[in-house]
Amino acid sequence: MPTDDTWQRVLTIDLTRKEFAVDVRSDVFGTDIGGTGAAIRLLTETCPAGADARGPDNPVVLAVGPLVGLFPLASKTVAMFKSPHTGNLGESHAGGRSAVSIRMAGYGAIIIRGASASPVYLVLEDGRVHFRDASALWGLRSSYTVGSVLRQREGGSGCRSIMRIGRAGEVGVTYAGVITETYRHFGRLGLGAVFGAKKLKGLVVIGRRSLPVADPRAYRQLYDGLYQAATSSPLMRKYHELGTAMNVLPLNSIGGLPTRNLQAGVFDGAETISGEHLARHHLGRRLACAHCPVACIHLAALRTPYPRDPYFYKTEMIGYDHELIYALGSMLGVGRTDDLLRLLDEVEVQGLDVMSTGVVLAWATEALERGLISGRETDGLPLAWGEAGPYREAIRRIVSQPNEFYRALARGVDHAAARYGGADFALAFGGNEMPGYHTGPAAHAGWLTGARHSHLDNAGYGLDQKAAAAGETLSPDGVARALLAEERWRQVLTSLVICLFARGIYDEATVQAALAVAGLDLAPGDIHDAGARILRAKHAFKVREGFRADELRLPARIFETASPAGPFDEAFLRETVACYMANL
Amino acid sequence: MAKRLSVVDMDRCVGCQSCMFACARRQGDGGLGTACIGVRSAGGIRKGFVVVVCRACPDPPCANVCPTDALQIRPGGGVRLRPERCIACGRCAEACPFGAVFRDHHTGKPLICVYCGYCARFCPYDVIELQETGVLHHADG
Repeated sequence: MPTDDTWQRVLTIDLTRKEFAVDVRSDVFGTDIGGTGAAIRLLTETCPAGADARGPDNPVVLAVGPLVGLFPLASKTVAMFKSPHTGNLGESHAGGRSAVSIRMAGYGAIIIRGASASPVYLVLEDGRVHFRDASALWGLRSSYTVGSVLRQREGGSGCRSIMRIGRAGEVGVTYAGVITETYRHFGRLGLGAVFGAKKLKGLVVIGRRSLPVADPRAYRQLYDGLYQAATSSPLMRKYHELGTAMNVLPLNSIGGLPTRNLQAGVFDGAETISGEHLARHHLGRRLACAHCPVACIHLAALRTPYPRDPYFYKTEMIGYDHELIYALGSMLGVGRTDDLLRLLDEVEVQGLDVMSTGVVLAWATEALERGLISGRETDGLPLAWGEAGPYREAIRRIVSQPNEFYRALARGVDHAAARYGGADFALAFGGNEMPGYHTGPAAHAGWLTGARHSHLDNAGYGLDQKAAAAGETLSPDGVARALLAEERWRQVLTSLVICLFARGIYDEATVQAALAVAGLDLAPGDIHDAGARILRAKHAFKVREGFRADELRLPARIFETASPAGPFDEAFLRETVACYMANL
Repeated sequence: MAKRLSVVDMDRCVGCQSCMFACARRQGDGGLGTACIGVRSAGGIRKGFVVVVCRACPDPPCANVCPTDALQIRPGGGVRLRPERCIACGRCAEACPFGAVFRDHHTGKPLICVYCGYCARFCPYDVIELQETGVLHHADG
C-alpha cells in the first residue's frame, strides 16, 4: 500500500465556471505511476478528439509522481496538452520548484479546463484555488515583471512555484512557453499559447507537507546512496561543472553543431559561445531545481553600459544551456558572447521557446538570402548571419506581428515554409523545430519517431556519436530498435518525473527500491510493461489526432550537410521510421 | 560547548533545498512538513538565496515571549521545545527576526532546530556548517 495517497489526487480547475474539484485516481496512478504515464491517461480522457488546441476544450494536464519530495532529482513536472504548434500531442517537462510544490500542495496532477472570459492567475494553497484578476498583468512588456509581481503579491516564499507566460503566450505564438522560477521552462510545443488562449497568465502553487515513509531507516539509506551518486558520480559531473553548455565544443569538433541553418556542422565562432568560455568570463551564479543537489542551471552575468550615461550600467543574469546556445548562437551564426546573451534575454522577456525561435529565424535568414522573401516581408529588417541587432528586433516582431510575414513566423517554420517556400531548409520534424545535434541518421530518426519529436525522447544523437567513435555503420533496423528501447525506458523515468540527467544513477533496481520506500511494489516486469504501454498510449493519442508516420516531412538539408556518423539518405530514415512504428 | 548551525557562505547556495529535506528526513519523514531550516529566494532567484537557520541566540526572543515556558533556554544559547507545554499560539514565530521558527502545518506548534547538523551533511556546496556557539565566523548568520 502507498504510505501516502496524496500523489494520486487530481485537482481539476474549471476556468470557465471558476470551480474546482479533487478526485483520488488510484486507477490511473496505480498502474501508470505519475508524470508522463498519468498525464497521457488524463489527457486522453479529458481532451475530446479533434479539439481546437486554442479552444476551451483543450485541457492542460500537469503531473508529478510518487518519488517527488522523497528522493533527489525526482524534480520534474510533466505538462500535457494538445499542441497549438503541431495540432497534436503536446508534452513538455520543466523543473524549477514546480514538481515539489505540486506534490507539497497535496496533488499528483492538476487539470486546467475551460477558458476565462478575462485574464486571471491561479493560486493553489491549503487545498483551495483562488482565481485572481490578472487584467492589469495582461500585456506587460516583460515576463520578468510578471514573475516579480506574483512573487511580491503572493505568500509561501521558499515553498512555492510561480509559473507564468509572457506576451508571446498572450498573443498565441504557437511556440510560446511557460516560464517557471525565471530560468526553467515548459518550453516546447506551445503550452504558453494554451495558457494565453485560456486567459491564464500565471499559476502559483504553494505547499509544505510531510510524506510518511514505511521504513525511515531504509529510506535514509537509499537516499544517502542516491545523494552520494548525484553529487560525486562522474556521470553527473558535466552537469554541475560547465552545465549542458559543455556539449558545444565536442559537438563542433566532430562536425555535429548545426550552423547557419544547418548549412554546416562546424561553427567558426564556437569557442566564444562554448561552456568553457562562458564559465570563464560570464558565469555569475549557479542554481538548482528544488531537491536537486546538482545545480546544472548556469547564469551568465551580462554588464551593459548605457551609451549616453557614463557610470550607469545594468547587469542582467541570463540562463544558458546547450540548446539555447545552438538555437540563437551557431544556428544564426552569432559567435559574439554578449550578442548571444542579449538574444537569449529577449526570448525570455517575450516568453518564447528558444529552439523554435532560433530555427524560424535561421530559415528566414536563408529565405532572404535566396530571394524567397525580401525586405517587404521582413519589414525592412536586414536579417543576416551573425547580426544580433536585426535578430533581436525580429524576435520582438514575432510577438508584435506587424505584418503577414511575422504572423507566419509566429506559427513555426513548417507554416512559414508552406507559405513562402524553402521547405527543403525548413528544419522541423513532426512540426517541431530541430534541436542542436546534427550527429547522423539516429538523431533525425529519433525526433521523427519520438512521441514529442524531441531529442529528449530517445537520444538518437548518442547512438550516432557512439557509432561514429567506434567506426561502426548504423542500420535502420538497429537504430529503430535502440530508439524504441530507450524511449520506452524514458517513459518510466518521466512517469516518475526523474530528471533525465539522472538517468545514469536511477537504474532499474534503484527505481524499484525507491518505489518500495514510497510503499509501491512494482516488479521489474511491471515497470517495463508500463514503459511500453505508456509509449503506445501516447502514439494512440497522436494517431487519434491525425498523426501519420508515413506523411512525415523530411527536409533535404539534413542529407546535404555532412554528419559525424557519415552520409545517410531519405530511404534510410523512412525505413527506420517504418521499423520503429512496426515494433511499437 | 554547545553547537549551533551557521551560514558560512550564502553566496554559494544554489537553492536546492537539500538541507530542508534532510531535516525532515532525520525526523523520519519525507517532504518538507517538519523542516526547521528554510531556503528562499532573495527577491527572485536572479538575486540568489537566503538561508534561514536558528542562530541559537544567547538571549532568545522566541523563548522570552512564550507564555507557557514551552521554549527552554539552552545553556550556550538557543532553545529546546517542550511540546507538551506548547499551546501553538505562534508568538515565538512572530518574535524571531530571522523567521527561523517554522511551524508545523498540522499542529501549529513551532519546529525548533536541535542543532544536530544533519542538514549540513547534505549541503553540496558548504553553505552551512555546525559550529561551536560563541565562535564568530565570516559571513556569520
